[in-house]
Amino acid sequence: MLELRNLCMHFENAKHATLKNINLQIQEGSFTCIVGASGCGKSTLLNLIAGLTLPSSGSILLDGQPISGPGRDRVMMFQESALFPWLTVLENVCFGMDINGMPKAKQLEIAEHYLSMVHLSRFKDYRVHELSGGMKQRAALARALCMDSKILLMDEPFSALDKQTTNLLREELAQIWQQTKKTIILITHSVEEAVFFADRVLFLSEETANIAGEYVIDLPRPRHIESPEFIRYRQDILHQVRNEVEKIEHAEEMAG
Amino acid sequence: MLKKWQAKPKKKSSAPWWGYLLFYALLIGLWQLLYMLGVSLEWWKPYAFPNPAGVWQSLLSLSRDWNLLRAILYSLSRAALGFLLACLIGFVLGLLLLKLPLFSRYLKPLIMGVQTLPSICWVPFAILWFGLNQQAILFVVVMGSAFGIALAVESGMRNIDPIYVKAARTMGATGAKLIFRVIFPAALPNLLSGLRQGWSFGWRALMSGEVMSSAIGLGHSLMMGRDLADINQVMLVMIVIILVGVAIDKGVFSSIEERVLRQRGLA
Repeated sequence: MLELRNLCMHFENAKHATLKNINLQIQEGSFTCIVGASGCGKSTLLNLIAGLTLPSSGSILLDGQPISGPGRDRVMMFQESALFPWLTVLENVCFGMDINGMPKAKQLEIAEHYLSMVHLSRFKDYRVHELSGGMKQRAALARALCMDSKILLMDEPFSALDKQTTNLLREELAQIWQQTKKTIILITHSVEEAVFFADRVLFLSEETANIAGEYVIDLPRPRHIESPEFIRYRQDILHQVRNEVEKIEHAEEMAG
Repeated sequence: MLKKWQAKPKKKSSAPWWGYLLFYALLIGLWQLLYMLGVSLEWWKPYAFPNPAGVWQSLLSLSRDWNLLRAILYSLSRAALGFLLACLIGFVLGLLLLKLPLFSRYLKPLIMGVQTLPSICWVPFAILWFGLNQQAILFVVVMGSAFGIALAVESGMRNIDPIYVKAARTMGATGAKLIFRVIFPAALPNLLSGLRQGWSFGWRALMSGEVMSSAIGLGHSLMMGRDLADINQVMLVMIVIILVGVAIDKGVFSSIEERVLRQRGLA
């Protein structure tokens, strides 16, 4: 469904390319997670897919059509909820549908459906500043789901939350994915999170500016993070991440 | 009834109302005493120094035939009209500065320079162009405030959190929708403080224009006091100008700004 062809990204003042010749295919209905060391280019990759940044070279095709900019077919969720503080929760969730001209009645129907899915129905008339971090992310998720986009992009959506809230939201998202079967690409620095969610975990290497590892997670859902198979996947991927981090630290020591 | 998830502390002024009354009563009392002292010690002639009793007399005589009220209303209506025009021009100019980088590169420094010109300097220009009439005064008000508003609009809209625009774009927002439904509301707190400043510049510019003209208004009343060598009238009109300016600032701009900030959880 989504195809990245020879995608390269080299920022103007950077010494090395952030992304070099990335070739990737994402199947419809799949849950893909991208992990990597901090600063390896995960966010850049997601911004390119979202169309918020234009690549230096290469192309991104959605259902065979090249993308040229952001659009409602690739909605994105961020680390900060990015909810609009001048709107209530319900108005926020309806925003995307509203600017695309959907009739109000239909908007309310869909908004209320997803609000109850994220357990925020009671709070639909609240202002954004009256919500906790976890609630804000839930609202942001509902807003994204209401778009009925082809792909849902998530940029470390749980990184700013405390562990308890994160664990709760992870389970909720896993359930929601089972229900909606949306195509999701989620980037995270937590390998545990990646193994918990994904059909496929991709390791983005800073050294080669490319995908250096692909792990197909063949575990049934719901997944248990204490199960031996889960732990084995996690260790394998962590091993690759640690190796790279050590290499980078070593190179910096040599240089500096 | 849904209970609010988080209690909001109510913002109330902690100073008692009679505190201000006492303070001003004391101030006026001291002023009157100082005046009487100065007269008896021959520091100044009785008609050369303002005093509270004299100011009160002026108030009574100017209020005859609703003169003072009319002056206030004329001034306010000019200020409002000028301010509206300045907002329109400022908003359009600000948007252009925001969206056209070439325009911004050359025009912004020019606008910033022109904005530093004290508004009274526009009066001779206005009189030569329009004559000694209403349009001249309006011109001064607009020139005195429009550029400041334009710069406030541009910086207010530029300095919003970029994540709002990112999120909106991935939901399909573009062009005018993006500007009016995302950038503008996000910038509103900043815009309001820019507009409030624009108003105070405009009010001051208005007075500069009015003192040079013969049209009914507070500025004209001020000059009349000078022509009549009536320092109490001058003092009275000065006080009225201050009070009207503060009333609009607090009654209009402050209250709108507060409501907007509270809605966003910033107050």
